Amino acid sequence: MSVNYGSKRLVVGAHYGLRDWLGQRVTAALMALFTVVLLAQVLFSAGPISYDKWAGIFASQWMKTLTFCVIIAMLYHVWVGMRELWMDYVKPIGLRLVLNTFSLVWLVGCAGWAIQVLWRL
Amino acid sequence: MTELAKKRPEFRNINAFKDLPSYRWPLASLVSGMHRISGAIMFLLMPFIIWMFDNSVSSEISFAKFKFAFNVGMLGLPGFIWKLLALALIWAYLQHFIAGIRHLYMDVNHAVSKEFGRSSALATLVLSLGLTVVLGAKLFGLY
Repeated sequence: MSVNYGSKRLVVGAHYGLRDWLGQRVTAALMALFTVVLLAQVLFSAGPISYDKWAGIFASQWMKTLTFCVIIAMLYHVWVGMRELWMDYVKPIGLRLVLNTFSLVWLVGCAGWAIQVLWRL
Repeated sequence: MTELAKKRPEFRNINAFKDLPSYRWPLASLVSGMHRISGAIMFLLMPFIIWMFDNSVSSEISFAKFKFAFNVGMLGLPGFIWKLLALALIWAYLQHFIAGIRHLYMDVNHAVSKEFGRSSALATLVLSLGLTVVLGAKLFGLY
């Protein structure tokens, strides 16, 4: 049986594994969709890919919105993945904390940079 | 249980140097391991990915810088080093993407059997390595 400490916090029990599992699938599906959409726009454009053509792909509002969602999805997806690697391979708790912190800073920094690039297009 | 069956090696804490050389890698576990390696590669090279995104879309000048890095070089490193990094990313992305589709397919169809695990793992490896060769040849200007 799971025990609740406080009013909401579930310390053990089912469902938070499911949440991570499902989140990983949903974010993966979104990124796969983005890959197909981007690839289609590159492949179905005639001639060599010039700057105008390439930047034009990301300039439309719907593509910007989709790319923004994909950046957020990637942030979440990679965090879950890296956390899993550190949990499996790094046993010393102090080192694991450092690596988890590094992963978060690295990912949030990358996501911020990517969104900045997207925003000024 | 016979004495022979009891003596199979037990791995509790796998030592990378002592145990991994004798560790069996069936195709499905190889794809699983590569999923982790390719994911880690993309995580570590993420600033390079965003640098490419930044410079390729921001302006004509940055687009030229982007092309220059691969055709000539950047930060004292020749162009082919940057192309090799891009090739590593191409492999990692294809491997992670195709193995991910395999995951999703298995989840949706409950396609969980030893045979399907093996055959789909083989298809994943052949497809990802094949496409990496095709795109790598394009990257290095072989066609």
